[in-house]
Amino acid sequence: MKITVCIGSSCHLKGSRNVVEELQYLIAENNLKDKVELGGTFCMGKCQDGVCVTVDDKFYSVSPETVKEFFDKEVLAKV
Amino acid sequence: MRKFDTKVQYLKYKVLREVARQAWNDTLLENLLEIPKIIVPGKEPTMRCCVYKERAILSERVKLAMGGDPNNHNCIEVIDIACDECPIGGYEVTNACRGCLAHRCEDVCKRGAITFDHNHSAHIDKSKCVECGACAKVCPYGAITDNVRPCVRSCKVKAISMDEDRTAVIDNDKCISCGACVYQCPFGAIMDKSYILNVIDMLKKSEKNSKYKVYAVVAPSIASQFTYAKLGQVVSGIKALGFFTVVEAALGADMVAFAEAKELAEKGFLTSSCCPAFVDYIKKQFPDLAPYISHNLSPVATISKYMKEKEPDCKIIFIGPCTAKKMEFKKEEVKPYIDSVITFEELQALFDSRGIDITLMNEDVLDNASYYGRIFARSGGLSDAVKQGLKEQGLENFDLKAVPCDGIDACRIALLKASKRVLDGNFIEGMACSGGCIGGAGCLTHGEKNKAEVDKYGKEAMEKNIYDAISVLK
Repeated sequence: MKITVCIGSSCHLKGSRNVVEELQYLIAENNLKDKVELGGTFCMGKCQDGVCVTVDDKFYSVSPETVKEFFDKEVLAKV
Repeated sequence: MRKFDTKVQYLKYKVLREVARQAWNDTLLENLLEIPKIIVPGKEPTMRCCVYKERAILSERVKLAMGGDPNNHNCIEVIDIACDECPIGGYEVTNACRGCLAHRCEDVCKRGAITFDHNHSAHIDKSKCVECGACAKVCPYGAITDNVRPCVRSCKVKAISMDEDRTAVIDNDKCISCGACVYQCPFGAIMDKSYILNVIDMLKKSEKNSKYKVYAVVAPSIASQFTYAKLGQVVSGIKALGFFTVVEAALGADMVAFAEAKELAEKGFLTSSCCPAFVDYIKKQFPDLAPYISHNLSPVATISKYMKEKEPDCKIIFIGPCTAKKMEFKKEEVKPYIDSVITFEELQALFDSRGIDITLMNEDVLDNASYYGRIFARSGGLSDAVKQGLKEQGLENFDLKAVPCDGIDACRIALLKASKRVLDGNFIEGMACSGGCIGGAGCLTHGEKNKAEVDKYGKEAMEKNIYDAISVLK
């Protein structure tokens, strides 16, 4: 599974660093380092919906507040 | 609204703008020979002896705007017919000499080179004069001038000399492509080659970023540029040109600061690798010190490498203050990551070639880097960042003695000392331009406030620590 988080300016200001750090933590905590690849990109062209995240090319709008919920539902449940 | 420091820059800009305009419209080949006439219409000369010479020189500027002489690998070129063959006599007494009684000039001259004629006017015996300048300093009338060509004076690496026609020539074995002469020549006879046509071509062929994405990576010195508008408006303007998005080179600087701090702690002595002109200078003038050049790529190459690894088919254009970057991106180790380089001057020309008035645009955002990455743009910033990098990695025990060198003269002194092993320091921060990148030849304007602008921009960064900015890149 490949998770990509936008770290472009707009998403960065909306807290993409917190999203990335939280995902890094959750991936490590659930021992998913071998199964989940986490990467960054600069802009997905949907700045209004930031923080922009894709999981295997499917788009999600995530915020630092909803990242745990997103991880449980879209990553942990499907991996 | 003052966009440029000098009229030479303005003239160069007009050429770039017109070439770009024709290129966007696919009419460049058709109208190529008309461009000089578009810029200088009518029959009255405005700059030179006649319109024909003006147009002949403009044709040469058009060539440089289109990439210049492909057989000359240096990105800095002399336009020989534009060179005014300025006087080169060194110290000379002008007719402002009043034939006074004091003769301070004679007393101060240790070589006995000053004599007086029957009118008591001073003369300098060139066979004795060593060009020390002491006489010029003491003359109460300022009657003694130093006739050194502005290009020669600006070239701190002594790469400029005269050919038999008294035209300036650049020794490519010495030139570090810093562009100081480009900015200083009052006749605009030395110019940097432009790659705007490659950039326009890449933007066009991307078909609005659908074929591949075109990224702009901007240097942090942009904070001191385009002062007639807001930075966010500049970002909007860059996107309006067709770039997919804008990324701060300063994020690459954050990465470099971290890696360079670590490398320094391991090796014990290092010279910085951010400034391509400084790196080139070491390789050409102090080859013995070349092994101590940091092995890190420059900030822009570092961030571009990250981006290309994530997205191999994207295109990356660096927009900055620097002419030497036009050499750096052609190096084997950098070539895979950066597709082209343009300056702030050229960005202004591109905006206007598309009729983009950035002052009317909404403010977009630009925030990728930390305070420390952003202050790389001014002299001393890199040293501060390396200090912070050591601290954040728990390497404070390493006793950093940074030697920030502002301009190539200061670099030379530090490198000389280092080569003789008498330098009181273990990290040479070398910046070829005066003030650091904010003094770059490709800047639109150079001013006292630029350093403060960069510091202000640094403080506006959301991330205050280097680690916070680069933690997302893992």
